[in-house]
Amino acid sequence: MPEQEKKRRQPATTREEQPTEEADVAAPSPQGEKLKAELDDLLDEIDEVLEENAEEFVRNYVQKGGE
Amino acid sequence: MAVAKVCGIETEYGIQHVGGDGNPVASSSLLVNAYVSDLARAGWDFEDETPGNDARGFAREGALPPEVETHLVNAVLTNGARYYVDHAHPEFSTPECADPLEVVKYDRAGEEVLRRSLTAVRHMLPEGQSIVVYKNNSDGKGNSYGTHENYLMDRAVPFARIAHLITPHFVTRQIYTGAGKVGSEAPGSAGRDVFFQLSQRSEFFEEEIGLETTLKRPIVNTRDEPHADPQRYRRFHVIVGDANLAEVATFLKVGTTALVLALIEDDAFGGLELTLANPVKAIRQVSYDPTLSVALDLADGRTATAMALQWELLGLARKYAEDRGLGCLGDEAVGADVLQRWEEVLQGLETDPETVADRVDWAAKLHLLEAYRDRHGLDWDDSRLAAVDLQYHDVRPERSLFARLDTERLVDQEAVMQAVTEPPRRTRAYFRGQCLKRWASAVASANWDSLVFDLGTDPLRRVPMMDPLRGTAEHTEDLLNGSASPSELLARLSA
Repeated sequence: MPEQEKKRRQPATTREEQPTEEADVAAPSPQGEKLKAELDDLLDEIDEVLEENAEEFVRNYVQKGGE
Repeated sequence: MAVAKVCGIETEYGIQHVGGDGNPVASSSLLVNAYVSDLARAGWDFEDETPGNDARGFAREGALPPEVETHLVNAVLTNGARYYVDHAHPEFSTPECADPLEVVKYDRAGEEVLRRSLTAVRHMLPEGQSIVVYKNNSDGKGNSYGTHENYLMDRAVPFARIAHLITPHFVTRQIYTGAGKVGSEAPGSAGRDVFFQLSQRSEFFEEEIGLETTLKRPIVNTRDEPHADPQRYRRFHVIVGDANLAEVATFLKVGTTALVLALIEDDAFGGLELTLANPVKAIRQVSYDPTLSVALDLADGRTATAMALQWELLGLARKYAEDRGLGCLGDEAVGADVLQRWEEVLQGLETDPETVADRVDWAAKLHLLEAYRDRHGLDWDDSRLAAVDLQYHDVRPERSLFARLDTERLVDQEAVMQAVTEPPRRTRAYFRGQCLKRWASAVASANWDSLVFDLGTDPLRRVPMMDPLRGTAEHTEDLLNGSASPSELLARLSA
């Protein structure tokens, strides 16, 4: 994993604007392809299991303080 | 010499009762009762149970009468743990563990107990209702519930010294113990620009030191309830941590803290000065900065990053290990593993936090959130990201997002399953758990520091357990195996 993502994490707010820049620079290594495929599978799975109405799900989760 | 760092974790789980009447105390009680009555069905002998057993709160088989639902439940389990309703949450306290790796095992056993409770409660709920629990510490709306750690310490060490020297660790350890959180719950505009932070809990801390746990939370909690001989021991109670799903994070949370406490106990800080100018401010600064670069003001006028302070503490701990060994962590090899993993995780965080996403919850969660965000083009305030955050902590395997990640495991599944019913062998939890396992119906009440037996003859017999390091398998296994009944055990104990 370290080889793929050596660069320092950028602030997430600026990442979205240039999503394909890295991919254009160098041909992805086979290992990079594999990691990307795994991540895609994971995201597919999350799309499947994530509560359907996220807004309502999050709004309804209200706890009393504890301890 | 530092006393053995017997340790444990108490976790309050978030609870959501879908279709319920909005009374979390009732829902939590129902959940804990469901587990305990399932144990009864599985062969626990409650036939001879006396009224005294109500102190343990074990429910009998079958459907629960309505009044039980609002009754606060408190059960002691055969693994030596306590499972109960605290305020409005189900809470699992691990038994006293002998080393940080054992804490990881029992912390995971606690998750399993909650999962089994969810299965058990399913058939008790009316159609259309369900209960879900989350191993997290915040509802995202300004309400926090705790994950507390406990460490055995020598009473002779002045509390003020402990508080002073442990604070920099509590402020900075969150760079690897933080469970991550989308956004901020700070009142006013303090967290306005925070899209993601390291810790679930850090921004709820408002004081440096104090007794409170629910409001004006202090970084160092002063609760003095040793549950042991108060002349010799202190139970140092820590309220400033997050609940971790990643095993390495739990291991490091407990392992590094136990080590720093041993350094304090043995006066091994030397002249090193790490005092923060403003710990309450600093704990937020660290949490709000996933780049790990914020400079914290030190009391002597210098500044340092959380990372730099952690390297200093690791350096001290390494030297301590060379000089005195790591027996105080309960096991030399486990202690060495704490040191090595501590170093590896700091190195990884320095390179790129993504490299520790297999060990550190906040890094795992952030990686997931960023990928999900990229895929769907979401803004940070999109509720789908808050949903990812919440569902990361869902304890149900079919829903948990954490369970879908490839994180490093330290304890195999079989050992976790065993820990659901078997107590640790190297603390007094062994004696407690074994007595409950063998003679539950004769145990009138079980506490951290005593067992009370009801043998059907007056009076009740109390067995004090004032030393957490006695009542181990080594001390009592033969005695227990050689006793055919609780009366025989008590006769031998008083012989």
